[in-house]
Amino acid sequence: MSCDWILSAQAGRVLTLTLNRPDARNALSTDCLEQLVLRLEQADGDESVGCVVITGSARFFAAGADLRELQQQDVAATLTDRRPQVWQRFSAFSKPIVAAVNGYALGAGCELALASDVVICGESARFGLPEITLGLMPGAGGTQRLIRSVGKSLAYQMVLSGEAIDARRALQAGLVSEVCVDALTLETAQRLAARIGAQAPLALRAAKAALKQAQESALAPGLIAERQLFTVLAGTEDRREGIAAFFDKRSPEFKGR
Amino acid sequence: MILTHVEAGVLTLTLNRPDRLNSFNDEMHRQLAEALKIAERDDSVRCLLITGAGRGFCAGQDLNDRNVSVDQETPDLGLSVERFYNPLIRRITSLPKPVICAVNGVAAGAGAALAFACDIVIASSSASFIQSFCRLGLVPDSGGSWFLPRLAGRARAMGMALLGDKVSAEQALAWGLIWQVVEPEQLADKTQTLAQHLATQPTYGLGLIKKAINASATNTLDQQLDLERDLQRLGGRSDDYREGVSAFFAKRQPEFRGK
Repeated sequence: MSCDWILSAQAGRVLTLTLNRPDARNALSTDCLEQLVLRLEQADGDESVGCVVITGSARFFAAGADLRELQQQDVAATLTDRRPQVWQRFSAFSKPIVAAVNGYALGAGCELALASDVVICGESARFGLPEITLGLMPGAGGTQRLIRSVGKSLAYQMVLSGEAIDARRALQAGLVSEVCVDALTLETAQRLAARIGAQAPLALRAAKAALKQAQESALAPGLIAERQLFTVLAGTEDRREGIAAFFDKRSPEFKGR
Repeated sequence: MILTHVEAGVLTLTLNRPDRLNSFNDEMHRQLAEALKIAERDDSVRCLLITGAGRGFCAGQDLNDRNVSVDQETPDLGLSVERFYNPLIRRITSLPKPVICAVNGVAAGAGAALAFACDIVIASSSASFIQSFCRLGLVPDSGGSWFLPRLAGRARAMGMALLGDKVSAEQALAWGLIWQVVEPEQLADKTQTLAQHLATQPTYGLGLIKKAINASATNTLDQQLDLERDLQRLGGRSDDYREGVSAFFAKRQPEFRGK
């Protein structure tokens, strides 16, 4: 499949994927989303990739799903839609994802940011789930992930009114971890991704799995899972290298073993 | 209701309802918003100059547009603020180019706030500034209650806002509300010359300076130091920075292109 809608560039261990549908305000049609996921799946098996950055344009991260697509779907077609599986494959990606958001992240675009691991945004960023204004509702994690990051009242407000919030509000609420000058958003995200990508690959994978677990289970099983993942890492070469390098006051050289 | 004129990189916007002291109605807001689009989108515009036609600068909201008869529903002034005045002030303060205000006469209510929102304010000696809201039971809007204490200090802000007295151009200058006062017949020339000078300067860098100074009003020193680092990083990558440094070493006049 050609990947016209996703530009891809790798620098060091950081793979940057750029949503590139300028005519459609980077709307996430199923094909576009699938192209993104295919890129991620290639990166999952690629040892040279340590961390992925997903970004859009200066004015749009992604302004929603493709409404024409939705318009044509009745109940039966929606029931058999392959889109949920594509989102599941996105969630299954095992390496860290940093979303770099400038401009609008609405609907599916907001859900894409929510499904990413870290969100860095520019001052111009707007996050919103306007699905309700179209007589529908978020269908790709919007009602589930938003409430876990921003809390009950704001999540209800956003989902039920469809109104977007700005970057400052998103930072206060915990939807994003850092706000920067627009012109530096991508660079800031890439710098963070480079730092993440330089860490031991197996440790990253285990840590991400543990963090995901935190949203999916209660505390007690989460703590057990965390301890198991922690124990698994005790058997890795990189763990010995990491601690040895710390005592030798040098940079570690991780091998992913 | 809004005259636009572009010359030598300067977009001049003239509020043009002289018989109503250039007071705002909805249509003038719409036209002003259209004109601001040019300032925002056209790269060849490198400075914005705002002034008023006739003897006044801007008398704020046109009260003829306000129906307050008891048998009808009261107008929602908040809606008008949200729809027209707030976006206007936000657009002027976030425009990444210098905005000069030539205050040719009385600037009252939102008209005064509009002037305070601009980057460099030059007033005719016959101009005056009034926060007239208090006389109608209203609150300084369009950023008036934010700009005033920052520009003039709390005591003077309270005096102006609670009494609604007219403040002369000289007084405004002494208080730090504005940059300069000139004779009425010199106002147009002086402001146009200044605007044309700014339009030859490193516009991108000037936009960064504006951003930094505006942000300083709410940032802590720590946040501001971080912002300065980021903006300097951007400024250092501009073509104009390279041109400025090479012109300095070559001992020649730099030719800035605003990028």
